[in-house]
Amino acid sequence: MTIIKRGVAALAAGALSSLLAMPAFAEPVKFDFWFGLSGDLARVVDTMCKNFNESQKDYEVVCTSQGNYDATLQNTIAAFRAGKQPTVVQVYDVGTATMMLSGAYKPADKLMEENGYKIDYADYFPGIARYYATSKGEMLSFPFNSSTALMYWNKDAFAKIGKTEAPKTWEDVGADLKAMKDAGYECPMAINISANESWQLMEQFSAIHNQPIATKNNGYDGLDARLEVNKTKFVQYVTDLKKWYDAGLIKIKSKDLGQDMVQAFATGTCQVILTSVGDHGTVGRTQKEGMNWDVAELPVYAGTERKNSLVGGASLWVLSGKSDAEYKGAAAFLNFIHDPKTALFWSTNTGYIPVTKSGFDYMKGQGFYDKAPYKGREVAIASLTASEPTEITRGIRLGNFTQIRAEFGTQMQAIFANKVSVQEGLDTLVKNGDAILDRFQQTYPGKTLP
Amino acid sequence: MEKRVTFSKWTIGILFAVPQLILIFTFFYWPAGQAVYWSLTLQQPWGGGNIWVGLDNFRSILANPDYWRSVSASLVFAGISTGLAMFIALVLAALTDRQLAGSWLYRVVLIWPYGIAAPALALAFRFILAPEAGFLSVVNQMWPGIWDPGLDGTDAMASIIVAFSWKYVGYNFIFFLAAFQAIPRSLIEAAAMDGSGVIRRFWDIQFPLITPTIFFLLVINITESFQDSFGIVDIMTSGGPANATNLMVYKIYSDGFKGLDYSGAAAQSIILMLLIILLTIFQFRFLERRVHYR
Repeated sequence: MTIIKRGVAALAAGALSSLLAMPAFAEPVKFDFWFGLSGDLARVVDTMCKNFNESQKDYEVVCTSQGNYDATLQNTIAAFRAGKQPTVVQVYDVGTATMMLSGAYKPADKLMEENGYKIDYADYFPGIARYYATSKGEMLSFPFNSSTALMYWNKDAFAKIGKTEAPKTWEDVGADLKAMKDAGYECPMAINISANESWQLMEQFSAIHNQPIATKNNGYDGLDARLEVNKTKFVQYVTDLKKWYDAGLIKIKSKDLGQDMVQAFATGTCQVILTSVGDHGTVGRTQKEGMNWDVAELPVYAGTERKNSLVGGASLWVLSGKSDAEYKGAAAFLNFIHDPKTALFWSTNTGYIPVTKSGFDYMKGQGFYDKAPYKGREVAIASLTASEPTEITRGIRLGNFTQIRAEFGTQMQAIFANKVSVQEGLDTLVKNGDAILDRFQQTYPGKTLP
Repeated sequence: MEKRVTFSKWTIGILFAVPQLILIFTFFYWPAGQAVYWSLTLQQPWGGGNIWVGLDNFRSILANPDYWRSVSASLVFAGISTGLAMFIALVLAALTDRQLAGSWLYRVVLIWPYGIAAPALALAFRFILAPEAGFLSVVNQMWPGIWDPGLDGTDAMASIIVAFSWKYVGYNFIFFLAAFQAIPRSLIEAAAMDGSGVIRRFWDIQFPLITPTIFFLLVINITESFQDSFGIVDIMTSGGPANATNLMVYKIYSDGFKGLDYSGAAAQSIILMLLIILLTIFQFRFLERRVHYR
């Protein structure tokens, strides 16, 4: 009885006090942020949101994971059509062209200007900024989680064949894989050939070798861009990969087969993989006890002048149709994320790299890259800044690129299963990819990319 | 004098039908109508506008060889998985009906697979059929490279057929068992006294008497294999390798939601709907003649 009484009294007091308190504190303005990361990464985002909410009293961001990038875009589109869109949304790299034509966003640079925040856009690494900027260089969205592809190599295995350094050219890679095979390694190198690997195998390779993926500067100069990967150096690359696969130097590793390539590398089963710097933490945490490994920039063919690699990841878009108060909150949130201290928090807890020079310098100053688990991640910055971005290495601005990636997976599988020759497969990739681009262009008649 | 409240036949009929009609309209006719409209236009995903293109969407889909490969993959999948699921369920039900030792246990256990959500069972089968780490890796140790659903389209198709059939064996089993148990014992006993064996009794008495159930399950299985295969394909193969398992329903999903080509996906779903309607009409027209309803 007494407990109930006391409970009721406490409730009444609580209600009363909150009623009394209401006029004193204005409720913080709430706004939504949808993102596409899950698991560990989602928890880091949640912590970041909490930090933002605790850092000030005027705004409250409500962060909701939508599971993955695809679902985030789909759900945002559905919400937008129903007029219930979030204020800020994370959209992956290849969704940029779709977003730019959507007419559903508020340009990030304008938003910051209107709300009195000064952002030094030259501070962004050019390889990152250009990917998300318009052809004129305006930032429509803010780079958020960013990564690039690296080569992970097992030092112990390379020591067995008398090497202490990672191979720099694909010619050397071929020789080293052969040597490792002869030294008794079952799986010198692991790759996978699904849609996801378009990123490291086709996109990064083409950028580093300054080879176009599509005409019109990879689509930056118009919606009438068409693929041309069937007549660049990429053909030779696929031919070599296939040759090494046939010789047993490369094994295909994917989750469907039992073990993906990151697991295969971490357990010491396979000695070389090409994957995102974002996996650096995973390999470190799950590696076989005592295994020595390191990361290096992706190799190039001999005689190639190395260019910058492409950024992967996602950027933050602010959607249209929200109130001024919500925009104020969004601007404060983006400014918070832009802060070098947030960059340090973000990179420490994930494998992602800082997106600004000041963030990178701040982290270097804190000794981030000297310590064991994070040592090596600076290679990603070196790879991204290997050169000033060229017209081609700015990025890829093609419509429905997700479908083109799917087509890449399909054709690579056909090639590796000996159903078609390398050239036939890549010709089909171009043909089907062009049909996708054609359709995208028809859907937006008379529109041009900003 | 007796007083009676009467309604005109029409009013009461319609009144009873209205709730159902509203449901059907909201959840079927309205979205289906919307799909027809979308299939005749080019929709901008963000709702910025659309263009009337008439039958262009259908023309470009039907001219695409990949689409026809998807149709034939769907037909192969439907044919084999329906056959497998129905045959196994029929045998199991016939055996359970004979009241062999422990049949009460089978009666309960065999229904369970149908209660498992497709993605969950697909995940289980992905582990079982994984060529390097699953149960089937034994086969690869004996004959290296013989089982490779990651690159071999036939192996991948076999995987999804096995997973789908496994689920529908449970469903079919319930219906077959019920049908068998509805057959009067006296018929079978009389046949047994006349000296006919188990197989003979099955073919001459039980099988003809359960044809209505077989027909019903055939229609349901074929329809479901076109629609319910989505979760299994998504988890196990994502339509690969090289589109070998890119069934029609999965292609609709990936073109529409991943590729944001809402119009093309709408047109494909109209075609799928027509195909299922056609198949069902065909079955009623030609197969139902051979069904004997009591």
